[in-house]
Amino acid sequence: MSKTPLKMSDFTSDIEKLVIEDNERDRAVSAQGLGGFAELVKILGTSTKTTDKLEALVQYFSEADDRDKVWVIALFSGRKPKRAVNTTQLITWCVEVAGLPGWLFGESYHTVGDLAETISLLLPETVATDGSVETKPLHFYIDTFRQIEKQDENIKKEFILDSWKQMNQNERFVFNKLITGAFRIGVSQKMMVNALAKFTSLEASVIAHRISGNWDPSTTTFAELLNESPAITDYSKPYPFYLAYALDENPETLGDPAEWQVEWKWDGIRGQMIKRNDTLFVWSRGEELMTDKFPEYHSLKHVLPDGTVLDGEIIPSIDKKPLPFALLQTRIGRKNVTKKNLQETPITFFAYDLLEYNHEDWRNRPLTERRKQLEILIAPLTTPTIILSPIVEFAKWDELTALRKTSREMGAEGFMIKRKSSIYQVGRKTGDWWKWKIEPLVIDCVMIYAEKGSGRRSNLYTAYTFAVRDGEKLVPFTRAYSGLTDKEFNEVDSFVKRNAIEKFGPVRTVKPELVFEIAFEGIAASNRHKSGVALRFPRINRWRKDKKPDEINTLEDLKKMLEVYGK
Amino acid sequence: MAEFFLLSAIANELLMPLIEFSDKGLCCPQGQFYIDPWKPVDKALITHGHSDHARWGSQSYLCHRYTKPILQLRLGDNAYQTVEWGETIFMNGVKISFHPAGHVIGSSQIRLEYKGEVWVVSGDYKVVNDGLSGQFEAVPCNTFITESTFGLPIYKWKSPEQINKDIQIWIQKNTADKKTSVITAYSLGKAQRVIQAIAEVTEKIYVHGAIFNIHETLVKAGWKLPQVHRITHDTAKVELAGSVVVAPPSADGSSWMKRFPDPVVGVCSGWMQVRGNARRRNVDAGFVMSDHADWPGLLQAVKATGAEKVFVTHGFQATFSRYLNELGIEAGEVKTEYGNDEEEGLTPSTAGIEDVENPAENE
Repeated sequence: MSKTPLKMSDFTSDIEKLVIEDNERDRAVSAQGLGGFAELVKILGTSTKTTDKLEALVQYFSEADDRDKVWVIALFSGRKPKRAVNTTQLITWCVEVAGLPGWLFGESYHTVGDLAETISLLLPETVATDGSVETKPLHFYIDTFRQIEKQDENIKKEFILDSWKQMNQNERFVFNKLITGAFRIGVSQKMMVNALAKFTSLEASVIAHRISGNWDPSTTTFAELLNESPAITDYSKPYPFYLAYALDENPETLGDPAEWQVEWKWDGIRGQMIKRNDTLFVWSRGEELMTDKFPEYHSLKHVLPDGTVLDGEIIPSIDKKPLPFALLQTRIGRKNVTKKNLQETPITFFAYDLLEYNHEDWRNRPLTERRKQLEILIAPLTTPTIILSPIVEFAKWDELTALRKTSREMGAEGFMIKRKSSIYQVGRKTGDWWKWKIEPLVIDCVMIYAEKGSGRRSNLYTAYTFAVRDGEKLVPFTRAYSGLTDKEFNEVDSFVKRNAIEKFGPVRTVKPELVFEIAFEGIAASNRHKSGVALRFPRINRWRKDKKPDEINTLEDLKKMLEVYGK
Repeated sequence: MAEFFLLSAIANELLMPLIEFSDKGLCCPQGQFYIDPWKPVDKALITHGHSDHARWGSQSYLCHRYTKPILQLRLGDNAYQTVEWGETIFMNGVKISFHPAGHVIGSSQIRLEYKGEVWVVSGDYKVVNDGLSGQFEAVPCNTFITESTFGLPIYKWKSPEQINKDIQIWIQKNTADKKTSVITAYSLGKAQRVIQAIAEVTEKIYVHGAIFNIHETLVKAGWKLPQVHRITHDTAKVELAGSVVVAPPSADGSSWMKRFPDPVVGVCSGWMQVRGNARRRNVDAGFVMSDHADWPGLLQAVKATGAEKVFVTHGFQATFSRYLNELGIEAGEVKTEYGNDEEEGLTPSTAGIEDVENPAENE
């Protein structure tokens, strides 16, 4: 790309060239414009049946251009295209094209709850809706985003406006989504992997592995990604995580205790530590490469043998005792870690599984064998940065039940119960691995603010702020978005609409009348919050219709909890 | 001369408005009647048969000829008087006439004139012709009272023909897949539109009892509607497999649905315009079909009346009236008790609750 800004004419001729190339290619294959992808997103977003979604994905993968497929895999596994324009620009151009005042855009957005969708609905319909104008394929738009990223605003604007003109509402929606990021629609990575497995001859577990890690969709071809034997080795590539189901019943139902290995369940970030090609990589379960966030880990490069992959917990600890999750959060958000951070919140890796040893995939060996090798590997190490997550000894299930009550003192949130003979599977599978969590902490409080949700909850007041009592005052202490049924959300929504007192932008102050029980996993001191406390994973446990606002808990109660559980 | 103008200005200020917004509904003090009152009154003028506009308990009702059988079905025997569109009657010096509103069968705008001043109460309306409800008529007036159910620019409807086609294609696909298509639509209004549309591609149409009752009433009143079959306890399950059914929204999610072996549910509602609503309702297909005006329709209607003053009722009152003021049309919002009932409701959420909890719609 030239350093001097391109003239509009240069740019348009560039685009024209691309268009011509694309048209020629398309004629040979099939007419796969953005519409095919838009239709797929629509089905995935609205279909109520998993089989229909799977069928739509398989159908799409069997018809689409290979370059589009790569992007669909990338988008649905959380990767994003280059951000060519920002949301302010999008909104400005949208109201300009639609001829609407800005405040009306705001009102519309509050009702729709999704920026990309709001814009797609406000833009005027054009001839494109009858299908006479064929849109370009998905990868064309994404490639163009990359090309115009550093260009003049006028060039960007012209491209966006022209694209809008050629699209129907469905297509504009996905197009805008490509720009605004966050492609969270009703499809799980697991479902996409299953669709790809149906479409290719590869096993689902192999596909899950291939599409994880550090690949760039703009330079990776579909063949490279999913052919029988990968040509390029990505040393950083993590294995897909094996996830446990929650144990809702008494562990007695699991049978003979001797068949099970029990570990504490830590409240950190699940992570994978990889040492290959003399380089260390640390991945989070969210498939984020976190190596640089935790400089403590860098020394492990010299400690671990090459060709090793460990599964474990990323968690701050001092003397093998975990620190509260809130402290970990102070580390994650930070770009530059200070000396003070390293001293106060040293990050440790609690290793609990061995997935690769000596460059060999160990996932199909039984847990006992993996554990034994893990102990041989980790136990002799003297660094505080990596430790073995201990095995909890017990002979009978009721011993475990008693021990579970000490979880909070241990800095844990319950137990992991793993079958000793289990192999390391892919994704969430039932039968061999269970998490047996402790009951959450709960507190009764009153709702004082409400805000509309987004996505499925657009136009409904579903995000609430709750308060506890402090003498005559109400002190807000947490927000929660989940835990009610759709019917209850509707009920609360209509209460909010009838009982709103004040309006601050999208936030409504409501009459403090509805009492809820909030459940949370942990509590920590916080000077950023009015109440002086921050909760871990707060959600609505139930609606206490039986309680009045004067029966709720007090700030004093919260502080007592902090005293007991927050240190 | 100057003095004369001054006097008439004062006189106008002192004059009672033609319509007052009272706790019983829209009241015409001069004519001594109410329009669509939500509490019992002596004389009620009714715009249309939906139950948030036509309520029980008034002494006498005046409505369009097509609305009468619907009121008889829903409110029982009362003193009903009917008029034709464009026909003029006087009540205590107020000149009254009804004009098509295009909302549902019989739906009318009501025009009031007194001493040269004209007000139009539009009730609920849509400006496109659905083939059954008549063509909305723009009635010139000084003051226009408009609904605003879909008073946001995100609401723009496809043509009725296009929506009908979408529904037809969906049904044909389901039939080919041997699935039962259940389409939910309000029993007065959209149900008739849907039935007409699907009759072109369906041999036998099954309906829920609530829809059957309205259908029979309309047929008896002389409407030429396609034949439908009421689903009763005796209707065999085998017969329903792969069939096409029209039901009120309240049926969705109720035990009534259990009789269908492999149903797919399509919801006809303006709220389906927003993805979140369709997802929340967990429907297989959402058809953006409404008997209310969309945003361009509302603007078109308001401008066509040439009104100097507009009152905006049920829906997005604040938004729509603010926008009209910015366009230079004096507008204010009015709180009413409309839009909170079986029709599309004030908001998707209240509509959702009513759908589930309105026992009147169940068998």
